[in-house]
Amino acid sequence: MIVGNRKDFSEILEKLGAARRVLLLGCNECVTVCGVGGEREVGVLASELRLYWTKEGETFEVREHTLERQCDYEYIDQIRGFADDYDVILSMACGAGVQYVAEAYKTKLVLPAVNTTFLGVTIEQGMWSERCQGCGACILDMTGGICPIARCAKSLLNGPCGGSSEGKCEIDKETDCAWQLIVDRLKESGQMERYEEILPVKDWRTGRDGGPRRRVREDLKL
Amino acid sequence: MKTNSVIEKVLEQGGFVVTSECGPPRGADPEVVRRKGELLRGVVDGVNVTDNQTSVVRMSSLSACAILKGMGLEPILQMVCRDRNRIALQSDLLGAAALGINNVLCLSGDHQKFGDHPQGKNVYDIDSVQLIQTVARLRDEGKFLGGDEVKGRPMLFVGAAANPFADPFEIRAARLGKKVKAGCEFIQTQCIYNVERFTRWMEMVCERGLHERCGILAGVTPFKTAGMANYMKKNVPGMDVPDDMIARMKGVAKEKQAEEGIKICVETIERLREIPGVRGIHIMAIEWEEKVAEIVKAAGLLPRPEIQ
Amino acid sequence: MRLSYPGNVKVVKVPCTGRVDVLLILRAFESGVDGVYLAGCLEGECHFLRGNLRARRRVEYVKGLLEEVGLGGNRVEMFNMSASQGQRFAQFAQEMTERIRLLGPSPVKKGE
Ligand code: SF4
Ligand code: SF4
Repeated sequence: MIVGNRKDFSEILEKLGAARRVLLLGCNECVTVCGVGGEREVGVLASELRLYWTKEGETFEVREHTLERQCDYEYIDQIRGFADDYDVILSMACGAGVQYVAEAYKTKLVLPAVNTTFLGVTIEQGMWSERCQGCGACILDMTGGICPIARCAKSLLNGPCGGSSEGKCEIDKETDCAWQLIVDRLKESGQMERYEEILPVKDWRTGRDGGPRRRVREDLKL
Repeated sequence: MKTNSVIEKVLEQGGFVVTSECGPPRGADPEVVRRKGELLRGVVDGVNVTDNQTSVVRMSSLSACAILKGMGLEPILQMVCRDRNRIALQSDLLGAAALGINNVLCLSGDHQKFGDHPQGKNVYDIDSVQLIQTVARLRDEGKFLGGDEVKGRPMLFVGAAANPFADPFEIRAARLGKKVKAGCEFIQTQCIYNVERFTRWMEMVCERGLHERCGILAGVTPFKTAGMANYMKKNVPGMDVPDDMIARMKGVAKEKQAEEGIKICVETIERLREIPGVRGIHIMAIEWEEKVAEIVKAAGLLPRPEIQ
Repeated sequence: MRLSYPGNVKVVKVPCTGRVDVLLILRAFESGVDGVYLAGCLEGECHFLRGNLRARRRVEYVKGLLEEVGLGGNRVEMFNMSASQGQRFAQFAQEMTERIRLLGPSPVKKGE
């Protein structure tokens, strides 16, 4: 899923500026699962805004609304009837959702309330960790199912570097060394001979470096 | 003989190589480089010039190499993959060769987190093994990574680093094997304090026959103080400093510690020379270049061979 | 034994403090209360094992939120006591009332 962090309240206030009629828009997908922008988090942020503005003696209106998804036009369209009643749409979706809402409501100010961080997994309740960088040419078959691009601090295709120590990465003792994990995994699965192969220079064109990406499936088109 | 590298020649003649390093200044003053270079004249066969080591901005390695070259020294251009993509790396390789630089050392580079610009973006377009391949390809095949022909091949002797003490230990020799397979011709190791552990690594290296395809230079760093020994043990990832060595440093009075550090270093060199497969020594006297001559002399490694 | 505690304390009964959600506490503040505290079982004695530990973490979280909006994190607290410690209940009620009194009324008072 896509994981993010909520922005600090002070930053959100700053971005809102003088806007006092706020449509706070959540998303029911990834950001709900990682506890950053679903219905509940919308409720918390709305409550914070109400507490703050009441305290400040201001007049305001905060409407809470959570869409099934903010990355599909048909859902975004559902707020068409009342979006214009608000000064801003404050989106709690990932960066993709925020942008798609902005594309759909061209005259509206659409603000992000979330910092989108990574594609990852739930390690345990309340803890998530990065797994993929969407490089567009997956090599997990070569690396024991562990992605060195996303999980090695230097994205080394032929690691580990000299900083790997006791299973941890040189950047800090909290971070596993991806290459230790890869070697362990190759060993466990009887594929150590894979380690001897040099992974070739990567063609990054399939990744972000090749420019914004697009995917088309003619057979799915209407 | 592939290149004009002094390192290559000494290795070729079966000699014992001595290299050291010079960290460029954090400013534009060429005199700093010249001063450091002067201290190493006639004492070593090659001088590594670090590339923004520990991710702290310094004068570029290429420029400092050119200054040393101008003094008649033999620079070894260090190149990290952190700051440049394949376009810039290849371009600098051509530039280095054009300036008469004969050696390159291919490294991943420390993560920028440790430096003075932790906010920076890192590149890591290719890694150190792939950088070795790149140099070998430019030189031996006369081809850029992209496939086009190189007009005027860069005749560089290719080196890399190895850390015998990093984890996982069991793949350390295999990793060196990958570097050799990629085209690496000499290796400088991380500083060695635990000679026993290094010996075991060398055995693994020799088992694979890597010592015959690649000159292995054992790295040493003299301690200035007991505090430094302790710091390296505790804070430098992948550094193995045995407790008895720290105890030995602590055992002497503060003003005698530097001397003791040099003594340990010289003794270590003597032990390393005895290990089968070790073809030279790389002395990293961090901001202590004035001591290199003393160490080389005490270790009986002077005079250095005359190379034309 | 009948113990008296300050009359300004309004008790909301829940089966377990683990039931108390962040939003519930925030709503209480929105309705204009001056402070909220949770009276949970002693740590390690939760009937649902970890309910009171979770509640404590949520209280910590709400403290952060209240700081952010400028109400002050001290307006919310978590206390632990066993069912038989009526005295402690009264004591905490007293303590919290005192604390809130020093902080003054919530700036979010309704109908001013
Ligand atoms: S190799 Fe690419 S696609 Fe596969 S997990 Fe890593 S970043 Fe994602
Ligand atoms: S320590 Fe491991 S994870 Fe960290 S940069 Fe080196 S190889 Fe990558």
